[in-house]
Amino acid sequence: MPGNVKVVQRPNETSSYVRAALKGMKVTMKHLLDPHTVTQQYPDEKWELSPRMRGTHRMATHEDGRAKCVACGLCPTVCPVNCIKLIPAEDENGERYAAVYEIDEFRCIFCGYCQEVCPVEAIHLGAHYENSEYTRERWVYDLERLCEQDHPFTALWDPADPRSQ
Amino acid sequence: MGPVTGAAFGWITAAKAVLFFTLLMVVVGMLVLMERKLAGFIQDRSGPNRVGPWGLLQTLADGLKFALKEETLPDRANKTFFLLAPCMALVPATILFAVIPFAAPLPTQWGLVEVIVADAPVGLLYVLAIASLGVYGIVMAGWSSNSKYPFLGGLRGSAQMISYEVGLAMSLVPILLVAGDVRIPNIVAMQQTFEAGPDTVGLWLALPLLVSFFFFTVAGLAESNRIPFDLPEAEEELTAGYHTEYSAMKFGMFFLGEYAHMLTTAALITVFFLGGWDIPFWAGDNIRVLSDGTVIGEPAAWKTLLTFGAFTLKTLLVVAVFMWIRWTLPRFRYDQLMDLGWKFFIPALMAYIMLIAGTILGLESAGLQPGLVYGAVLFAVNLAAAGLLFFVLDRGRIIGGGAYRSTREGRQKRMWREARERAMAAAAGGSGGSGTAPEGG
Repeated sequence: MPGNVKVVQRPNETSSYVRAALKGMKVTMKHLLDPHTVTQQYPDEKWELSPRMRGTHRMATHEDGRAKCVACGLCPTVCPVNCIKLIPAEDENGERYAAVYEIDEFRCIFCGYCQEVCPVEAIHLGAHYENSEYTRERWVYDLERLCEQDHPFTALWDPADPRSQ
Repeated sequence: MGPVTGAAFGWITAAKAVLFFTLLMVVVGMLVLMERKLAGFIQDRSGPNRVGPWGLLQTLADGLKFALKEETLPDRANKTFFLLAPCMALVPATILFAVIPFAAPLPTQWGLVEVIVADAPVGLLYVLAIASLGVYGIVMAGWSSNSKYPFLGGLRGSAQMISYEVGLAMSLVPILLVAGDVRIPNIVAMQQTFEAGPDTVGLWLALPLLVSFFFFTVAGLAESNRIPFDLPEAEEELTAGYHTEYSAMKFGMFFLGEYAHMLTTAALITVFFLGGWDIPFWAGDNIRVLSDGTVIGEPAAWKTLLTFGAFTLKTLLVVAVFMWIRWTLPRFRYDQLMDLGWKFFIPALMAYIMLIAGTILGLESAGLQPGLVYGAVLFAVNLAAAGLLFFVLDRGRIIGGGAYRSTREGRQKRMWREARERAMAAAAGGSGGSGTAPEGG
């Protein structure tokens, strides 16, 4: 045998179809009689999500309902797929805010960099996965829609194990 | 009370036909659900459970979907045959039910009503004749679609069903030998408990004709195109086989036809081998109408109901076994299918028919009348035959498990391989030396 060829030992004699079939029938009968099922009754029983599950975005707000975003421009910069559109503006007090803030959830790869880079902890990914829309346009979330979302924020690290040890 | 005669006979038969056709269609619908449920349980799932309680209305939803989908007609298909094929698939499976007795005769004010649509004097021959019509639906569908997959499916279907029809018919010959009658109610009566009348074996024929029972079951599976014999359909290779081009209710008819065929096969197995509507170890249901009109036993409505329950239970049990087989075994390869049909079934059945005929000749020349002893002797002979059969099948010459196809071939292949390896090793060793050999020479 040349080199390190692995020789697989295969049976040379024929096995019996009858015995193999009966053995198979025994296995299926065992499963038939076993009341255990692995099915999850989905809409009735939901998944238990990990606190680090990265789903669709949510914008944190102040008590008065304004978005926390200060339009610093870090998230569109860090976004690897350019799914965040941000047009900053300044109000009469000289505070920056996002005049336009849109996230295209179809483009998003849910990497979570935007949440990680945000200096004021405004934009977050959320533990949410049940999304469906009738049009593609509805998948571009504007600022108002981002603020309306009420699912839990994604935890960037496991609170019990902050250094991922 | 005698059998129904005169005008009442006509409309009672019509009523029975309508009743049993409706019943058949409802049961066939429920079988689809039963199959899906059983498949679910076997695969540790729960099966359909969204439509109605325990998913009981799933079949209705499926039916509605079939009715509402778009009917397509391929451009180049032969329209006549394309439209005729679904009917040809459904009709033979349903009209087979006409000769199956469902229960003990029912006493009514018009007379004794036999619970069978048509008590044909040629019952068993009718079964064989109609069973062989089943192939036309598949062949027509395959050929008229003018498309490659249905065509291949149709070809396979015709070869398979014609091969196994021979086996199916031959496996019923021992019944003819034992019963000496082709009228199906007589075959049922013959299997009833103890002494029910003339020519009674008193045992369900599955025991005294065990081997026949096995062959009929396997050939029945092949005839109804169930796994492991579903080559005409073969989803993985042929998309959907012969009914690839069909949609909506036309596909639904093939679907219903397939399940009706399975139910019919199960009912035939029940009638021929599992005592029909007979309740074991109970002489109260020994009711039969002889061909001259005399009635043996005491018919009653509750007995009819009870025996109908027994028949249903047995049939559904056989169906459940079919489904169990389907969710266990993989499909045969085409050559295995043909080998099994022609090289195993037919010779084995020929030998078996000779054996049974010889045994019966021996029994009758010994002066034994059909009865329990007669049945016991047949059972012993069958047990021996079954043992021999298992021995032959177990050697894996016709169909094997994994690995090589037969022991002799296996041994030969191993020898060839080892010889080749030795030759290669010798060549490798030799070439190492031969690099210098020419120069040396």
